[in-house]
Amino acid sequence: MPAIIQMNSRKVLALNGLSKTFGSVVANRDVSLDLYRGEVLALLGENGAGKTTLMNMIFGHYMPESGSVDIEDASGVLVPLSLGNPQAAIAAGIGMVHQHFALAENLDALDNIMLGSERLNGLRRYKAAARDKVQEIMKESGLSAPLTVPVGRLTVGERQRIEILKALYRNVKILVLDEPTAVLTPQEADTLFKNIGTMTKSGLSVIFISHKLREVLAFSHRIVVLRHGAKVGEIATSQADESKIARMMVGAETEEHTRELMLPGKPILRFERVSAAGRSRRESLERIDLVVNKREILGIAGVSGNGQTALAGAISGMLGLNSGDILVDGITIKDGRPSVMVDAGVGRIPEDRHRDGIVGAMSVAENMIIECLDDQEVQRYGLLKWDAIQASAEKMSVEYDVRGPGTQAPARLLSGGNIQKLILARVFKRKPKLILANQPTRGLDMGAAADVAKRLLEARARGAGVVLISEDLDEILSLSDRIMVIHDGQLTLAKTRDRAELGLLMVGDAA
Amino acid sequence: MDILQILLSESFWAASLRIATPLIFGVLGALICEKSGVLNLGIEGIFVAGAMTGWMAVWLGAGLWGGVLFATLAGGFFGLIHAILTVPLGLSQHVSGLGVTLFATSVSYFSYRTALPTVTSPPRIEPFRPLDIPILSDLPFFGPVLFQQTAMTWLALFMVGLVWYVFNRMALGVAIKAVGDNPNSIDAQGLSVYAFRIGSVVAGSALMALGGAFLTMSAFDAFFFGMVNGRGWVCIALVIFASWRPGKALLGALLFGAFDALQVRLQTEVGALVPSQVFLAAPYVLSIFALVIVARSADYPRALLTPWFKGQR
Repeated sequence: MPAIIQMNSRKVLALNGLSKTFGSVVANRDVSLDLYRGEVLALLGENGAGKTTLMNMIFGHYMPESGSVDIEDASGVLVPLSLGNPQAAIAAGIGMVHQHFALAENLDALDNIMLGSERLNGLRRYKAAARDKVQEIMKESGLSAPLTVPVGRLTVGERQRIEILKALYRNVKILVLDEPTAVLTPQEADTLFKNIGTMTKSGLSVIFISHKLREVLAFSHRIVVLRHGAKVGEIATSQADESKIARMMVGAETEEHTRELMLPGKPILRFERVSAAGRSRRESLERIDLVVNKREILGIAGVSGNGQTALAGAISGMLGLNSGDILVDGITIKDGRPSVMVDAGVGRIPEDRHRDGIVGAMSVAENMIIECLDDQEVQRYGLLKWDAIQASAEKMSVEYDVRGPGTQAPARLLSGGNIQKLILARVFKRKPKLILANQPTRGLDMGAAADVAKRLLEARARGAGVVLISEDLDEILSLSDRIMVIHDGQLTLAKTRDRAELGLLMVGDAA
Repeated sequence: MDILQILLSESFWAASLRIATPLIFGVLGALICEKSGVLNLGIEGIFVAGAMTGWMAVWLGAGLWGGVLFATLAGGFFGLIHAILTVPLGLSQHVSGLGVTLFATSVSYFSYRTALPTVTSPPRIEPFRPLDIPILSDLPFFGPVLFQQTAMTWLALFMVGLVWYVFNRMALGVAIKAVGDNPNSIDAQGLSVYAFRIGSVVAGSALMALGGAFLTMSAFDAFFFGMVNGRGWVCIALVIFASWRPGKALLGALLFGAFDALQVRLQTEVGALVPSQVFLAAPYVLSIFALVIVARSADYPRALLTPWFKGQR
């Protein structure tokens, strides 16, 4: 099919040797690629491979250092696009949906869609005409969203559809989607790609950025792989398979971590009819039971905002219980404060690693000892032993491969992946009996994610219990011994390992 | 001692509206700035600058409407300073705002002293007179309350409608609301976040200056040190009370005006029993109470106080 598309279709966009550097970091190096009419092109690569930078150059947010972009004009001829100018890109028919939505949450969908395409000095607005046009587009594309509710009250899926509608409203010919499924349930993602399929039939060309191999293989026509800012491969999807692409992405066959079967030991964590209040009713825990055994990884699958935060809060001691009991290693925790849980042997990998995982202004070494200030290795009579702290920080940095400007530098200077490695080093050094890993690989590239998985499996082999909360179903499936699904603050033990059935449980549709 | 009698009197309501007028200008100005995401604590100083510039312009022969024009220019100028410091440079909005207040106040006092080094009491100007609209001003009750106010009060009421219209009926207002909620939404459309924010702060500051100008050109007829007396700060509180809505801003300003008018009248009635300071404090105390009740549900612009930098998304 891809070959047919290329032969029968016109070229609508051509990137010619685009390069961009930020300071000393090369974000893109001499990238060229073509896009054809009606095609779905997947742009694949690890974090920091330069996918988003490349798209931002097309859209005019960044100015490339060299190279050019040609785009088809109204008469079907390729003409050069004025670079570094979002308005020129919009006028030429390029629409971009950013990973972090660019929506005003105090406005309704219609206002958001109209934003920027109205004359600002107009004395009145033409909302009725706009609404008709949007409804027409919704009918054609299959995308739908409530138009009169403030966007702040809508779900992420609805917001994303509004972003796409906003682009379609401007009659885009080329739609760029930056990690469109990062925030969606599997069902929502499938619907999105079905809608994209409908839209491409009427001539729209789509570039989507992803690092999920499965959806790239299922829904694109052609795959372009970036690595370290350069294009390293291009393949028709019909000729691609997972290992081929993964090899292109990381440069070598990815190590498939094998999860050897282990006999679980005694319960290490037990929830007995635990209730705890979250931000809203659906994010609150209501009389839940839960058991995690030694030598076992319990995966908690679910769409975020269904009580994961409250669950993690209860395990880490950050959130007080309304009722119920928590037992760690058979002992009831009476006063679930964070320090009590840490002393009881709970190691925590927080969801928001920048906010809750590190103190950004303190050094890497200080962040490494922050949970064990009572240890004799770290202090005596309340005085810190700086030499020992420094030496151990150096050792841990090597062991856990924490890279950055050094152990004396503020932790906030580290990249996301290295911050996570710092947290892993801190947590695993204490040999916790129970590990709470909340979204441990979110936003990490394949290498760093594989490292996290390896450490979790090592801890399990050592005899620890692990609670793995994740939105990434592939991660849950590959690591967990048992899987529970969280929805509306309720936990259900999944009896299946089938993606589709798990997806249904995640949206509350018990099959 | 009959509160009911006070509340039913024409002069009480006329005074409430008169006292509320500078606050209406100030609240609307602060509202426009904050809707775009910039807190403008320069308001107190901009009131002083507006009061001084308007009066001085009239005294130098610019005419009353000329004075209004110069006051808005002065307000816009100090607003521009605040906008440049806080929007493209992204400095702390609190610090910059307080700096502008100190600067605008001092510059105003300095210019006054430089222009009039020797006088002990400032020269008077001929201020705005109450409009005497035939027929309407003879209406019972409504005549004295509404139709014998000065042109500046009418301008303030007109501004409430205009600001409401811009934010609810025009694309421009929708864009300003968007920039105060999520600047990226404007940036993604290829529009300039800086232009919207700087424009809003300058326009809002110009309105604030009219609040000051009302004091010297309508309520009184000369410029005195300390005459603004915290009215700017009251406006900052009233914006929260109004939950950033022009209609509620008018309501809040009127409420404060009514408290103030009431305390003056009660003071003469029961002044012997209660110390006068209690009455002076009453409007402020009551505004604090009103704020405590209303502000919990206030609808803050999400990007308020958050600087935005181009190319960092």
